[in-house]
Amino acid sequence: MTASDTAAPVLELRDVSKSFGPVVALRSGSLRVDGGSIHALIGENGAGKSTLVKVVAGVHRRDSGTFELGGDAVDFSSTADSKAAGVAVIYQEPTLFPDLSVTENIFMGRQPLARGRRIDRAAMIAEAEGLFTRLGVRIDPRRPAAGLSIADQQIIEIAKAISLDARLLVMDEPTAALSGVEVDRLFAVARSLRDEGRALVFISHRFDEVFALADTVTVMRDGSYIDTRRIDETSPSELVSLMVGRDVDDLFPKVAATIGEPVLRVSGLNRSGVFHDIDIEVRAGEIVGLAGLVGAGRSEVARAVFGVDPYDSGSVTLNGKDVRAHDPRSAIRAGMAFIPEDRRKQGLVIDSSVTRNVAGVIRRGIAKAGLITAGMESKAAGPWASRLEVKTSALDMNAATMSGGNQQKVVIAKWLATNPTLLIIDEPTRGIDVGTKAEVHRLLSELAGQGLAILMISSELPEVLGMADRVLVLCEGHITAELDRADATPEAVMHAATHHLEDAS
Amino acid sequence: MTTPTQTPHAEVSTGEALLVQPSRMSPTRRALTTVLRSRELSIFLVLVAVVVLATTKNNSFLFSSDGWRNFLLNPSILVLLAVGQGVVIITRNVDLSVGSVMALTAYLTGRLFVDHPGLPIVAVIAACLLLGAVLGLVNGILVAYGKVPALVITLGTLYIYRGIMLTWAGSDRINAGDLPREFLRLGTRSVLGVPMLTIVAVVVLAVVGYYLHTARGGRELYAIGSDPDAAVLYGLPVRRRLLAAFVLSGALAGLAGALYTARYGTVSSGVGSGIELQAVAAAVIGGIAIFGGSGTVWGAAIGAFLLVTINRALPSLGIEDFWQRAVVGALILGAIVLDRVLATRQARKLAESRDRS
Amino acid sequence: MSTTTQAPTRTYAAYSAPLWQRLLLTREMAVIALTAAVILYSIANVPNFDGPLTIKFLLQDIAPILLIALPMTLVIITGEIDLSVASIMGLSSVLLGVLHEGGMSVPAAALLALLAGLACGALNGFLIAYVGLPSLAVTIGTLALFRGIAVGLLGTKAITDFTEKWSDLATGTIGETRIPLVMIPFGVLAVGFVVLLHFSTFGRGVYDIGLNDEAAHFTGVDVARTKMVLFLLSGVVSALAGIYFTLRFGSARGDNATGYELQVIAAVLLGGVSIFGGRGRLHGVLAGVVLIGVISSALRLESVTVNVTNIIVGLLLVASVILPNVLAAASSRLPRKATPAAPRESQPPENAASAGVTTRGSDS
Repeated sequence: MTASDTAAPVLELRDVSKSFGPVVALRSGSLRVDGGSIHALIGENGAGKSTLVKVVAGVHRRDSGTFELGGDAVDFSSTADSKAAGVAVIYQEPTLFPDLSVTENIFMGRQPLARGRRIDRAAMIAEAEGLFTRLGVRIDPRRPAAGLSIADQQIIEIAKAISLDARLLVMDEPTAALSGVEVDRLFAVARSLRDEGRALVFISHRFDEVFALADTVTVMRDGSYIDTRRIDETSPSELVSLMVGRDVDDLFPKVAATIGEPVLRVSGLNRSGVFHDIDIEVRAGEIVGLAGLVGAGRSEVARAVFGVDPYDSGSVTLNGKDVRAHDPRSAIRAGMAFIPEDRRKQGLVIDSSVTRNVAGVIRRGIAKAGLITAGMESKAAGPWASRLEVKTSALDMNAATMSGGNQQKVVIAKWLATNPTLLIIDEPTRGIDVGTKAEVHRLLSELAGQGLAILMISSELPEVLGMADRVLVLCEGHITAELDRADATPEAVMHAATHHLEDAS
Repeated sequence: MTTPTQTPHAEVSTGEALLVQPSRMSPTRRALTTVLRSRELSIFLVLVAVVVLATTKNNSFLFSSDGWRNFLLNPSILVLLAVGQGVVIITRNVDLSVGSVMALTAYLTGRLFVDHPGLPIVAVIAACLLLGAVLGLVNGILVAYGKVPALVITLGTLYIYRGIMLTWAGSDRINAGDLPREFLRLGTRSVLGVPMLTIVAVVVLAVVGYYLHTARGGRELYAIGSDPDAAVLYGLPVRRRLLAAFVLSGALAGLAGALYTARYGTVSSGVGSGIELQAVAAAVIGGIAIFGGSGTVWGAAIGAFLLVTINRALPSLGIEDFWQRAVVGALILGAIVLDRVLATRQARKLAESRDRS
Repeated sequence: MSTTTQAPTRTYAAYSAPLWQRLLLTREMAVIALTAAVILYSIANVPNFDGPLTIKFLLQDIAPILLIALPMTLVIITGEIDLSVASIMGLSSVLLGVLHEGGMSVPAAALLALLAGLACGALNGFLIAYVGLPSLAVTIGTLALFRGIAVGLLGTKAITDFTEKWSDLATGTIGETRIPLVMIPFGVLAVGFVVLLHFSTFGRGVYDIGLNDEAAHFTGVDVARTKMVLFLLSGVVSALAGIYFTLRFGSARGDNATGYELQVIAAVLLGGVSIFGGRGRLHGVLAGVVLIGVISSALRLESVTVNVTNIIVGLLLVASVILPNVLAAASSRLPRKATPAAPRESQPPENAASAGVTTRGSDS
């Protein structure tokens, strides 16, 4: 780090904002990254990190603020622009072409050419093999991208970004799906890129990774820049208080609930290639946390239990009654409610009104002889929207125009209206602002206090540890640990989530 | 998890190896397995079976100068359309206007020869290509910039182009007498036993097929069809590629119109109506997934051959040729059901291989 | 935050806009207004448009389209499409003819033809809803298959000797009016479909599937069964249209009604149904059918050829789908409106956290 100290920073963003309709995703984002350094960007879900990344990548165009690369003002209108300017981005969700080979996925649009502008397949495959060797993974470069595990997909994304030879590499939660060994290899590659003088931006939820890898760290909260620290001059607890902006104890208002009879019993649930021998019991008044890495099969288990996905063998009973496989209606009738992970795609009919969404499950009950009018629906939906303090001017407002927190309230209202005995909630606070987050946590606690059985999936360790009475840990489709609230330390959970192989042998 | 007694790779079948670890095979074996398991080969074998069956019933189906010529000549026009349609479908779009474009350029051909008797044939064909390309460009612009599904846009332009053709032609008909003799000869002439039209179709097929396989632009078409959103995130020139695909489809339909006039000598108002669905059918039967991203124009071309040949073979097989469309329909349904079965099997194999690793 | 046991703390307006706005400022009203304008213009300017036979022929011409547009609207709202409707018309026409020629009475033959339509719909529905194949590909296949069976059964022959009593019924009018008799079954079906789509839980599911079939599945809508029912309806109504078509022209032919599928789809899309699914209402669609019918009828009276009608229909179709996107793109380029009004809650927020949440608009 000699030249880069005096030179302009590789990336400089000042007061960048971005709104989608009425939803402000980024209020005032600032970030300054020097060459030859790894810069961590941290913040809670919904703090605006991913939006910031997408502005840098040219996916979104900023509404205001300055954006400079290497001292020059830039304005990307497409990802092609950012690529050309030497920016490589690894997005949170892998973006692969399933029909094409792994190699083609890495080199699409810039394949090595032989004579006559013909793609040189041999050279391309050799180069892909080189990349995989560097990353220390064994993926066949000729196989199609379809059917790869999430971790392998993430590795393809990383290979793609490295092969771009970019001066700025942005990684949005690249480790969320990776095991310990894979993370170590990725870090080794990241450090070697830094030592070549490149700038890296690294987004992660895991403080151990941030402290192991980064040189500097920037904290964001509620769409705004909060502060930047050198990593050796800060501590995890300081970062947490910067991220949250107030006392942490407030966040998880866990109230002791009397735990009753078993409500949900899942035994021996199997689905080839996805999860195996899953046994879960959730009792009335109990919150059971389901932890694990992204891609470990947590959501898949939840979906199979609720019946939106099929399973190969095993059984699900609710209050002693069998729930039919692959039939969500049977699950709903039995008293199950399911708030899925992807609010926009699964939780809500996002382009529909608040009324239709809230009344979405109960409409068969409020209809008379199968007939229903808009009036009947809004009469039934109004009280539930009100109980959850959904903020909207009228019930016919489109759910798409609301903030993430309000949308989540609509989803919760929809399911509470069915008067369930079991609530499965997948990532309850993803993409929600801090204020609503606390409301959701308090609500879950209260519901458990009233005797509702809750199965909660979360990638945020503090959320799992703060809310759950019991934690089940999944790793590669197997339950590798069951921890009581007292034993559930971050170390124990992460160990079980990443060390399936060692434990099994 | 693997059973400890066996290495994971020992139990892998050839089909699964091709899917998950193709690099473990020797290059020759890989190439051989790929070809043997390809959709193109199986549809080609069906074609061979139809020809053999029809020829055993009626020798002259293939072994007469007419039979041989018709076998090659009749499908040529549909091959051109299927190649263009195939490229468009690979990008997860569809072009329903090709029949109307073909009608317009077929009439244009006749009109040009009637109004400008001295015009060189090459100029007329170039004009048809150009008109087709422009009409394709209109489709492409509306689809790429209007952000409306190609199905709707090209359904609209199907009406518009056909309406323009009918208005322009009025009650006119182009007859063989209006056309120069050399032009009509183009439609029937053979070189070394292969009709000219077939040669044109095969050359077009070879060029497009080669481009799709080996050029960056060609691969990008597959990428766009495989996941349009990822293609945008990736920074691929999605709009430009879509325009190119529609221009190609339009230009090939334009060429098909000129060749139609050369082949049949008459242009009536119904030219090419309904042929758009046959072109889609040829592509789908030939293994191009209707939602894009996979398949080859080779398959589409063989599909076109199969459709036309079945039509001609039915009478030889003792079935009234009225049933041809029913057979085509059954073939399309069979092809997509087969695709689904194979895709499900592949997904299961991939999941199992994940479990083992 | 209030808990689920407490009484509701606030009430909401059911609608964000007054009734007249919700009724009048819609895509459907635009189509209806355009249709009315074209009718008025034609009455004023097209000779004979107000003649006694115009409305009769107009309604008779568009009756099959009106009929099939009913189920097609629901099919397209779920995000699917049915290209095989005209082929089902052709098949039912041929079956009616063949069975009648074989000595069966018209009602009995028609009943069997309706059952055949139901079977056609069942094949489509099974492949699309339960096998999960794309409807575009499936119905291109069945378009060829059903038409192929129709043509295969009858060849290029036509069967024309239908009992006059039944043919008269197809061409007759209601009493002394100029309204064709076929409008009675159509009216009954139209009411049925309006109730099904707009006033039943089934219809709510149809919209949910079209807007987001995954979310619909997650909320317990039986996506497969809904689609199956719609394709069954599409099949049987198409067969009914085929029977009407046959009796009206007194001719059963394999190629009857060829190309009608595109006319129906054009009319449905013109009437404001989104090809992406989830949006559209039946009154808009019916106006769309009438609009196309009026334009072609007026142009015919002006002795403009059918071709121009094709061009106009095509242009209307393209414009009707492009315009909303162009308008949306244009309005997003405009500077955003002033900051939204501050939230006026009926009760002040109970904690500081929820006060930090921005809300939009205000209570009415």
